[in-house]
Amino acid sequence: MDVLLASVDILLRLDVIAALVIGSLGGVLIGAIPGVGPAIAIAILLPVTFALEPIVGLTLLLGIYGSAMFGGAIPAVLINTPGTPVNALTTYDGYPLTCKGEGARALSLAYGASFCGGVFSVICLMALAPFLAKVAPLFGSREIFLACLLGMILVVIAHRGQNMAAGALLSFGIFLQTIGLEPVRYSSRFTFGQTWLTSGIDLIVVVLGLFAISQAFVLLSGRDSDGATPKISGGLFRGLREVFRFPRVVLSAAGFGTIMGIIPGVGEFTAQFLSYTLAQKISPTPERFGHGAPEGVIASEGANNAVPAAAMIPLLALGIPGEALTAMMLSVFYVHNVIPGPTLFRDSMDFVLALYLCLLILNFLALAFLMIATKPLLKVIAIPNRFLGMAILTLSFVGVYSLRNSATDCVVAAVFGMLGLVLKRLNLPIVPIILGMVLGRIMEERFRTSLPRIQSPFDWIDRPIAGAIFAVIVFVLLIHVWTLLRERGAMKRTETAYD
Amino acid sequence: MGQFDRFDVSRGFTMTGEPEHHHISALAAPHHHRAEIVFGLAAFILALFLATNIPAQTEWAKGVPFVKQPAFWPVVAITTMTIFGALELWFSWRRNRQASSDGTFAEIAVWLRAMEYVVWFMAYVWLVPLTGYLPTTLVFTAALTLRLGYRSAKIFLAALLTGAVTVIVFKSLLGVRIPGGAVYEYLPPALRNFMILYL
Repeated sequence: MDVLLASVDILLRLDVIAALVIGSLGGVLIGAIPGVGPAIAIAILLPVTFALEPIVGLTLLLGIYGSAMFGGAIPAVLINTPGTPVNALTTYDGYPLTCKGEGARALSLAYGASFCGGVFSVICLMALAPFLAKVAPLFGSREIFLACLLGMILVVIAHRGQNMAAGALLSFGIFLQTIGLEPVRYSSRFTFGQTWLTSGIDLIVVVLGLFAISQAFVLLSGRDSDGATPKISGGLFRGLREVFRFPRVVLSAAGFGTIMGIIPGVGEFTAQFLSYTLAQKISPTPERFGHGAPEGVIASEGANNAVPAAAMIPLLALGIPGEALTAMMLSVFYVHNVIPGPTLFRDSMDFVLALYLCLLILNFLALAFLMIATKPLLKVIAIPNRFLGMAILTLSFVGVYSLRNSATDCVVAAVFGMLGLVLKRLNLPIVPIILGMVLGRIMEERFRTSLPRIQSPFDWIDRPIAGAIFAVIVFVLLIHVWTLLRERGAMKRTETAYD
Repeated sequence: MGQFDRFDVSRGFTMTGEPEHHHISALAAPHHHRAEIVFGLAAFILALFLATNIPAQTEWAKGVPFVKQPAFWPVVAITTMTIFGALELWFSWRRNRQASSDGTFAEIAVWLRAMEYVVWFMAYVWLVPLTGYLPTTLVFTAALTLRLGYRSAKIFLAALLTGAVTVIVFKSLLGVRIPGGAVYEYLPPALRNFMILYL
């Protein structure tokens, strides 16, 4: 109880409240603008948050992270264009509802499901906190090394149909973090005699290049949409009540979102895939899915909004980010010398609980804001693409240049911006590079600290948790190989039947 | 063809007709572009280049086991990059052999055209320490708006406002570290100090 009161005390500061309100409302706004999204906003704001206290900076970023998907449902439902990539599935049933003149109903279904998913996962997070506080200290260097390895494997496997590209990009990310002086002997690695490479390649510069600058380039070299402001008629409260008519869909969506969020490297798409498939199976009218089924909207939005809070679990408890946005947040911790992981739970439980409460409150703020401001928000959807590109490029400059006033950083960011443009145009993933950089660094450190205790390869897995993680790795790989073989067999059978 | 037969990378899925029935697997396994082979080739060549540079670009300590060598992690990363790069190249080549249409060079042309905005960005970076953050940002946003083909006064005003708000929020209010322009030195002392600190 004392810890809870201490965490409330942290939250009642004026700067924290301001960060929470600005982050939550700004997140909704950013999510509602197709082509922007939380990753770009967080990337641009990262260097700014370094000047703020950790709780203020993280609250601001969490606000954007947790509420952007609420806003992303607006263009997904009304103009068939997801505001953030994870709202893509919402278009499947949201837009057909709009075509039937039920846009307001679809939006309120999305808001209600997002709210339920978000609140459910925060409640799980809070319920799990005492357990995590007990389990997290059992994770030593070997366990964290293996957990990172599991995360990397899952990142590659989760990119279905793109495993090879994801693997190459992940390896490239691991390589990038090895550039510069290595930490034990201080010998140079891959600096090619360039002094600016001695300190390595800054993660923030890469993040800004890959997420923000690349998106600016994509938008600037593309075309503007028609610019018409969508319209909705009718109240938004009806759909909110309707969400509770589908309790099984809501619970399964929130459950999948929470579980998939906890597992590093998996994320929203898998949660939505499982949630949508299950919702279709248990629905009395599965044929309506893809034609405007309310359960489809709920399954998609409930699952994606449950992920952000759950993704904080591996970050806070073990210091392992599961996806790009939490990887960005990890740098805020590091800059302030706050090391997330087992010691954070032991020494700063009030800080951890304050972050959980922020996540809970932002759901209420985002929902209230949307119920009041959806109609005025529709105007931002009509901002021309290329104008947005210009604005993002201008803002990206602040992010990169304010780090250390280095034109070299800007060149590096522009190079990664071009790489990001190529990857986005080819539908290839960007996230593996960032996770490769972050997880690669953690793995190298943990590998080194584990080595003195390792006499034979079996010493890596001779402790219960390490053994369990290793078993999960083997299981995941076997399942993946089995799935690939099954798909190949099915493809061959189809070809034979076709012949 | 379904509802999502065109994926716009700038804004995601865009509608090309009335909604039809579609399957969730369209999201789970994205469409492969023919130009992906260029990525595969580049990844493989880069990996080979890095692999040949391992002896020159890393230090090998005598009498130290391989896993404790400074080169260990770069070797792990480059080895996996080579394997995945080679497989990506192989699969892209196989996919392209089976597909009929070709758009590789058209796609590369799009990448090259986007290089223009790298020049715009670097010019902005180069000018800020010389002409100051606020003046450069206002000129940059207005000039880029003009380049993009917008001609309405409303859009220009919005561009100037975007530039001004960016400077005021980040430099004046949040105090991010962006140096004053060299031209500020020619201003009267009181104005010079104000401009260096806030604009």
